[in-house]
Amino acid sequence: MKNKTPILFITAALSALLLGMFFGLFASLQYIFPDFLKEIIPFTKMRPFHTTTVISWIILAATGSIYFFITEVEKIAFRFPKLPKIHFIIFMFTGVGIYLSYIFDKMEGREYLAYTPILTIPILIGWVLFGINYFKTIRKKVKNWPVYYWMWGTGIVFMIYHLCEAHLWLIPSFRETFIKDITVQWKSYGSFVGSWNMLVYGIAIYLMSKVKNNINVARGKTTFFFYFLGLTNLMFGWAHHTYIIPTQIWIRYLAYGVSMTEWVVLFHIIYTWKKSLSPKIIEDNRVVYQFLVAADFWVFLNIILALLFSIPAINFFTHGTHITVAHSMGTTIGINTSILLAAMFFIVSKLKNEAFMFRKLKITYYAYNGFLLLFLCTLLYAGVIRGNWMYFTKDIPFSEMQNSLYYTYIAFFIFGIGLVWSILKIAIVLLKPLIKLFFNTSIKISE
Amino acid sequence: MENNTQKNILVITILVTIFSIYNLSIYTSNKKGKVIQLSENAIQGEVLWQNNNCWSCHQLYGLGGYLGPDLTNIYSTQNKGPLYIKSFLNSGIKAMPKFNFSEQEKEALVSFLQQVDSTGFYPNTNAIIKPNGWVDIKYKNEK
Ligand code: HEC
Ligand code: HEM
Repeated sequence: MKNKTPILFITAALSALLLGMFFGLFASLQYIFPDFLKEIIPFTKMRPFHTTTVISWIILAATGSIYFFITEVEKIAFRFPKLPKIHFIIFMFTGVGIYLSYIFDKMEGREYLAYTPILTIPILIGWVLFGINYFKTIRKKVKNWPVYYWMWGTGIVFMIYHLCEAHLWLIPSFRETFIKDITVQWKSYGSFVGSWNMLVYGIAIYLMSKVKNNINVARGKTTFFFYFLGLTNLMFGWAHHTYIIPTQIWIRYLAYGVSMTEWVVLFHIIYTWKKSLSPKIIEDNRVVYQFLVAADFWVFLNIILALLFSIPAINFFTHGTHITVAHSMGTTIGINTSILLAAMFFIVSKLKNEAFMFRKLKITYYAYNGFLLLFLCTLLYAGVIRGNWMYFTKDIPFSEMQNSLYYTYIAFFIFGIGLVWSILKIAIVLLKPLIKLFFNTSIKISE
Repeated sequence: MENNTQKNILVITILVTIFSIYNLSIYTSNKKGKVIQLSENAIQGEVLWQNNNCWSCHQLYGLGGYLGPDLTNIYSTQNKGPLYIKSFLNSGIKAMPKFNFSEQEKEALVSFLQQVDSTGFYPNTNAIIKPNGWVDIKYKNEK
């Protein structure tokens, strides 16, 4: 392996995952001790630290995986072989810039992108370089693209677009019309998630076709239908975030119509794939298989949850409560993180030239899924209590409702520790060989 | 180019075209009259709202962080309103940080919250829930 940039990406990604989870723990401590810790670990910093860092995990892991698959598994040489490294360096410097901007209180941005907006420029440059290199290379060297090439390409392009859209508020005339401004802001976030889902779901399909050693997984009619449905959802499905904002009615109707379908198809694809595998294939790829199965399980649970609150009558009560947080963390951890961990195991076992033994990981694996389930249940419960407080009680102060959830928040924190512990163990299993390999000058990749 | 590739590009082109029209209409919407425009003072308030990360704990229309309450209609809530808001800002009560806003900055934040308040209701307690799952929300600028 001549170029170690993919290893750098995924090592940085796993580090971001670990760091980000600790920020999450600190943020959740504030729910338990509101006055006590607010000076030392202010929520105003811990929340943005947490969300930015865990989102970086998803982005860096996805990018690193795609670079790895193309160069090391498909053996396709990039048109500009130096660009991935430049891409990495730009992202790392921007990352440092973002933390500095948080530490020094230069947080002029908005939710999820709270850093000073100038830093968006290098991020955009990184994506554009990635995009140019990707399309220049794949267009020439691959005929009749399997679906994952379409998905990755789409993800990159829309990522760039929605990153720009999320900053339209910088234009004064935009800012003045509050309802439009807040609508576009949350529209862009919805589609931003849709864009990284394109990268991550593409990776899931790629892994499935590699495990099965059969490209048809990525070629069938259903698969392409899934892709176009995902794209439609990315474009028009965001508005279930904004049912309750008094925008024009047709935007709300459209969102209602579109946002129901995508996951049903993803669930179906993974499920059919899983059923079609022989016991030998499963045994040979056990860890990757298990994490994809976990992702399927979380897709299933999240479908139920999301279908329910895509219905405006239910969304009405759940919007603006921790049920939303359960949805965000349920999908970013359960689905995205599980798929990306499967990719990490796939990549590291290629690098090590030997498969991981599921036996050794079994307890951790079930702990990860179990703690996540409990973790999400506490959020759902907190959401129900808050929804009830908002709509069905009068004159009960916020602090009283919050106090009644004291033990729920303690449980949330404890299950959070369990989750961090299990992911930490998984990450260490991956990081150890990665660090060793990085200092090893000649790595051979197994076929 | 292969047949499949052409077909895919066609579908994507159609989707992107619809998407462009859709975006354009959202970006240029609300130009006619009755839309509430934030005043200069309110925008200054919004900048303070943003730079001090009020959104990490508070929501507007239910969007934001969840450690504190939603503030969409705080301005017009009975027994709350401008003085109440001002008294909260530098108080440092419970999880809320102790800010050091000047009188003028407090005015700006109040003005922002007042104009947000005038754009609609949240929670939309008078909305009508339909048996088919739809919700007719109440709009503030309706007659
Ligand atoms: C770290 C979290 C946090 C931040 C940041 C924060 N607040 Fe608060 N705020 C709270 C909490 C919690 C309460 C509820 C206190 C209580 O009643 O127990 C509150 C209450 C309020 C209230 C009274 C709400 C009511 O209905 O009684 C107002 C007004 C308010 N905050 C405005 C602001 C503004 C403006 C900012 C930014 C300059 C801000 N807050 C930043 C946590 C925060
Ligand atoms: C893989 C790990 C994780 C991922 C990907 C993740 C992702 C996220 C995301 C996307 C949000 C934003 C939610 C929203 O705005 O609706 C969020 C919020 C949050 N997360 Fe996590 N999270 C992870 C782990 C954790 C852990 C272990 C904890 C610790 C208990 C935690 C605590 C929190 C808290 C307290 C919030 C803020 C909720 C609020 O606004 O009040 N997270 N997380």
